[in-house]
Amino acid sequence: MSWFEKLIPSTIRTEGSNKKGAVPEGLWNKCPSCNAILYNTELERNFSVCPKCEHHMRISARTRLNMFLDEGGHEEIGKNVKPVDPLRFKDSKKYKDRVTQAQKQTKENDALVVMKGQLKGRDIVAAAFDFGFMGGSMGSVVGEKFVRGINKSLELGVPFIVFTASGGARMQESLFSLFQMAKTSAALTKLSEAGLPYISFMTDPTMGGVSASLAMLGDINVAEPNALIGFAGPRVIEQTVREKLPEGFQRSEFLQEHGAIDMIIDRREMRDKIAAILAILMAGRDAIAQRAAADTDLEVIAEADDAGHQPDQED
Amino acid sequence: MDLKFLDFEQPIAELEAKIEELRNVEFDNNINISDAIKQLEDRSQALTETIFTDLSDWQISQLSRHPGRPYTLDYVEHIFTDFHELHGDRAYADDPAIICGLARLNGESVMVIGHQKGRDTKEKIYRNFGMPRPEGYRKALRMMKMAERFKMPVICLIDTPGAYPGIGAEERGQSEAIARNLFEMAKLKTPIICTIIGEGGSGGALAIGVGDRLIMLEYSTYSVISPEGCASILWKSADKSQLAAEAMGITSDRIREQGFLDEVVREPLGGGHRNFKAIASNLKEALARHMHELKSVPVDTMMERRYQRIMNFGVFEESGK
Repeated sequence: MSWFEKLIPSTIRTEGSNKKGAVPEGLWNKCPSCNAILYNTELERNFSVCPKCEHHMRISARTRLNMFLDEGGHEEIGKNVKPVDPLRFKDSKKYKDRVTQAQKQTKENDALVVMKGQLKGRDIVAAAFDFGFMGGSMGSVVGEKFVRGINKSLELGVPFIVFTASGGARMQESLFSLFQMAKTSAALTKLSEAGLPYISFMTDPTMGGVSASLAMLGDINVAEPNALIGFAGPRVIEQTVREKLPEGFQRSEFLQEHGAIDMIIDRREMRDKIAAILAILMAGRDAIAQRAAADTDLEVIAEADDAGHQPDQED
Repeated sequence: MDLKFLDFEQPIAELEAKIEELRNVEFDNNINISDAIKQLEDRSQALTETIFTDLSDWQISQLSRHPGRPYTLDYVEHIFTDFHELHGDRAYADDPAIICGLARLNGESVMVIGHQKGRDTKEKIYRNFGMPRPEGYRKALRMMKMAERFKMPVICLIDTPGAYPGIGAEERGQSEAIARNLFEMAKLKTPIICTIIGEGGSGGALAIGVGDRLIMLEYSTYSVISPEGCASILWKSADKSQLAAEAMGITSDRIREQGFLDEVVREPLGGGHRNFKAIASNLKEALARHMHELKSVPVDTMMERRYQRIMNFGVFEESGK
């Protein structure tokens, strides 16, 4: 170790150090926003939000759902739905190879994970995009699993929530992908007709075909702080209009200011806030369900009474 | 070089120019060279046939955005009668990149909605090159709901490079406007017939493209992203647009193979831009036929079929239960 390296406090002397005694990999993390070096355990305890600058780091779909849902009792929906390559698409790489690589990296079949579970004791169905899987792009599998999630919600009469993180439609499936925009949006009409809440929770980034379909159709549209959300990418817009984009353009705060989203929710509060919102939205249904349950109880009692009186009636 | 002709059309353009010249000579000098002209015309026809029987996907992509190609207003003129254009989204503005209006098709009331491109520079700018802003989609939705109220079929003519990527468009909710249309079109209680007449550019096209029928004109294209955009992202070079066009399978024939189309409407020899009347008459026949089929079905049945049709979009495998 050189004299200069010795000057650096040991807590931040992690990167690029392959020497013996270096900190084991995976113990430390660096905030991509403020460059603070963070202890992983502490970061996880803080929902992968940087404790120094509040930056919400990107997290995998499974991490998200585990973070959001109550522990235990999860049932995965559409687990075995897997992508195919209808166009035998090949650019510099084959689509099939890209999929295989993404599957290896993320250990997921595709870019959406859907779970039935509970949020503070309430049954719900939750879906989350995995940005690590080909940029969270939406192809046939994502569309199909999203629809199955909705169908599960309809079957159980419970709310549906999605956490988006996607660059948009998956180019390698061309029209098959584009039409998932129609498919997911159409399925949402059923949820709406059934009077079940749909919450769209947009995280960084939510762009293109995902933004222009399922993400913007929430009864409640929510975003995480400072997430990039929009239809066209900032670079495309800059090239088209040939002017510099305003500060904070297409960020959550910008969207709230322009009326596109209902609120911004800090990840550390998502469970509390969403549970509270769902309780309010579902109060009417919950009351009906309670009354129905009470009525069946009464019926049971009445039936029991009837049964008890039967001998008298025979007289 | 005539800019109204694409480079692979140039040999045809040259022959056509020669024929025109000979006609002028014939007229000016009052001589009869009709045999020579006839011969050249036959050659021109044969040449066009040869070129057009073997078009590459990229050439079709160029044809779909041919500067002479008929646009929505041309079809309005040749297919419909009694057209009354309706403007504005009632909230912000009128978007000239989308045309909406009441009209009649063979005497029956319909709502026509279509992207509109411009012919000359001034009109191109006015029409924003057929790239709608949110108010365009919201105007279209307003008209669709009106069509539903008055039980009129909706005829959508699609021809756009895509929804406009601009600052104002984002500020006013381009994503939401498109998403809302997809949502509402899925449950609109009146027949919707969508036709790609030129360029079917991604979400900007789909936003008026969900319905009971999907028709494509022979030399139109439909894709998730433009070949140029796809090439610059996946090949890191816009020069690879030809490869991207082929890889995505964006032509009417390829999309029919993918199972998305109800019909491909054939174009006259040399493409629709060579004969507006012919292409419009082919499309009119198809639109009228589909409209009648849809009108003869009870609305609930039609809605159920539309929903199932949309749910069937996509291919995947399921294993290892």
